[in-house]
Amino acid sequence: MYQSELNASKQFLTQLIQRSTTPQGLQWLRQKLTQVSDPTATEKDFYLAFGTAPRFVGKEKLALTAADLQEATELRAGFNPTNWTAGQAARALLLLSLPHADGEAYHQKLKKLFETADMGEQTALYAALPLLPHPQLFKARASEGVRSNIGLVFDAVALDNPYPAGYLEEDAWNQLVLKTIFVGKSIARIIGIDRRSNPHLAQMLTDYAHERWAAGRTVTPELWRPVAPFINETTFTDIKKLFSQPDEIQHEAAALACAHSPFAPAKELLLQHPDLKTRIEQNELNWTYLGAKTQTPS
Amino acid sequence: MTDTHNLMWLDPHVHMTSRTTDDYARMRQAGIVAVIEPAFWLGQPRTEAGAFKDYFSSLVGWERFRASQFGIRHYCTIGLNSKEANNEALAEQVMELLPLFVCKEGVVGVGEIGYDDQTAAEDKYYRLQLELAKEVGMPVQIHTPHRDKKAGTIRSMDVSLEHGIAPDMVIVDHNNEETVKDVLDRGFWAAFTIYPNTKMSNERMVEVVKTYGSDRIMVNSAADWGISDPLSVPKTASLMLERGISLEDVRKVCYQNALDAFGKSGQIHESDWISETSDVDQRLKFSGNSVLRGGQTPVTGGGATPASGDSSASNIVR
Repeated sequence: MYQSELNASKQFLTQLIQRSTTPQGLQWLRQKLTQVSDPTATEKDFYLAFGTAPRFVGKEKLALTAADLQEATELRAGFNPTNWTAGQAARALLLLSLPHADGEAYHQKLKKLFETADMGEQTALYAALPLLPHPQLFKARASEGVRSNIGLVFDAVALDNPYPAGYLEEDAWNQLVLKTIFVGKSIARIIGIDRRSNPHLAQMLTDYAHERWAAGRTVTPELWRPVAPFINETTFTDIKKLFSQPDEIQHEAAALACAHSPFAPAKELLLQHPDLKTRIEQNELNWTYLGAKTQTPS
Repeated sequence: MTDTHNLMWLDPHVHMTSRTTDDYARMRQAGIVAVIEPAFWLGQPRTEAGAFKDYFSSLVGWERFRASQFGIRHYCTIGLNSKEANNEALAEQVMELLPLFVCKEGVVGVGEIGYDDQTAAEDKYYRLQLELAKEVGMPVQIHTPHRDKKAGTIRSMDVSLEHGIAPDMVIVDHNNEETVKDVLDRGFWAAFTIYPNTKMSNERMVEVVKTYGSDRIMVNSAADWGISDPLSVPKTASLMLERGISLEDVRKVCYQNALDAFGKSGQIHESDWISETSDVDQRLKFSGNSVLRGGQTPVTGGGATPASGDSSASNIVR
């Protein structure tokens, strides 16, 4: 029923909000938290508190220290509220304070919220998924978030969020990864990207690469990260092709793909590129480095 | 159009849901920095409350995002319009939805509400919504009837006063030469819709401002799914300047008065668009399910607005 210890998560969020809001903002929030956690509170009380939270708590970005980040991931593996605002964190707290003993009733209340949410509310809702009780009830909702055509909403569910890797079915997961690439964001920010890679995703990604190449375009070198463990005779042709492309970053991707592949010819191919091989062994060249490099304007 | 000195315009009544991205691009190019979209009907009556829920959600969600991609800030007013108030069974359900939406970010009023045929049902839901506006401290945007206009306009004002709403919290829309005096005399805001064929023409609008001055008067396009012009505000501004109305008066009528009136919601501030974050950032823009429209370079910064027909403006979602 829980992904994290609820009270500890609430305490942690309160602590972060405290640093980024006014005493009045905090006081307003405490009062609303008490109000909505009461089983006799009306739905209207909750919806109004959720909607107006940023007006009272503010929209200042949370200031997380390295220690906070550590604490976040100890509370919930992969949890990372670095990009959250105080108002957003207040909204998450409100979600965690709702009575939730009846999972279906809890889900229904949140469903109505998701269905009527503005952009900021949607962002807060999706980013809070990894802390919510009854996580198994929100799988379809998370897949719906991946379908959003609003960038910030898509990011909230797909990036820096450990919920999808934990709960999405394979098909939905594969759509999430492909769409992230498709819209030009770095898959390095997808939590669980390596753990959830699978042969079907590898196939979808190589098909996508072929489609792009056929149109005379390039693909992001990160595309080969989930493909690497599943390189076979067919995909190996693609990897060889990368080494013949003009950009250094494509060679780096090809070398990394070879290094992470169990396919023997790929291992041998890497031997022909000793410089890249050395950089990989020294951990100077890795997928994280490559992900960051794709996001740097050239 | 006459040079409008790079002034900024605000269109406080425009149904962008019915418009294309070309309109957004042209509006931004003509200097419109913000729009207010009142909730209205969609050309035919809805039959399910869910249709209203999704419509309201799109006004605070998708439409706002779509506008932002063209450098335009989008606000809305939320309400049950008078036409559809006549379906009482449905109206009851819509009334239950309204509290979910009236306090959302960027909702600047309850509207557009009022009378159309001036039926008993219209009266009932108009009054209930005035009470809601009073409860949450929001301005009211009033639609005045096409037929029996003068009587309907006066009645809407009387009823709002009866409910204890201050006139400066009420924007009375779709005025003409016959209604404007009553509205101004009573201390309400008087909005004028400039339509190519019906309602007001911009020629007549110039005369109204010459006669009544610029206090508490505002101009809008009410552009929607019918014949209408989303550039009515800048075009009227341009004509006013050409006909010798002062820059300051034009600025009030086509920008500042609307900002002051709807600003009473606390949800619309000039700083929303005059700040570094209000630059268009198409990197935030999204490509959906099928095509990234590869090869299109996102436009960032500078409130950039690709001209109509420029394919780089069509990077929005599929």
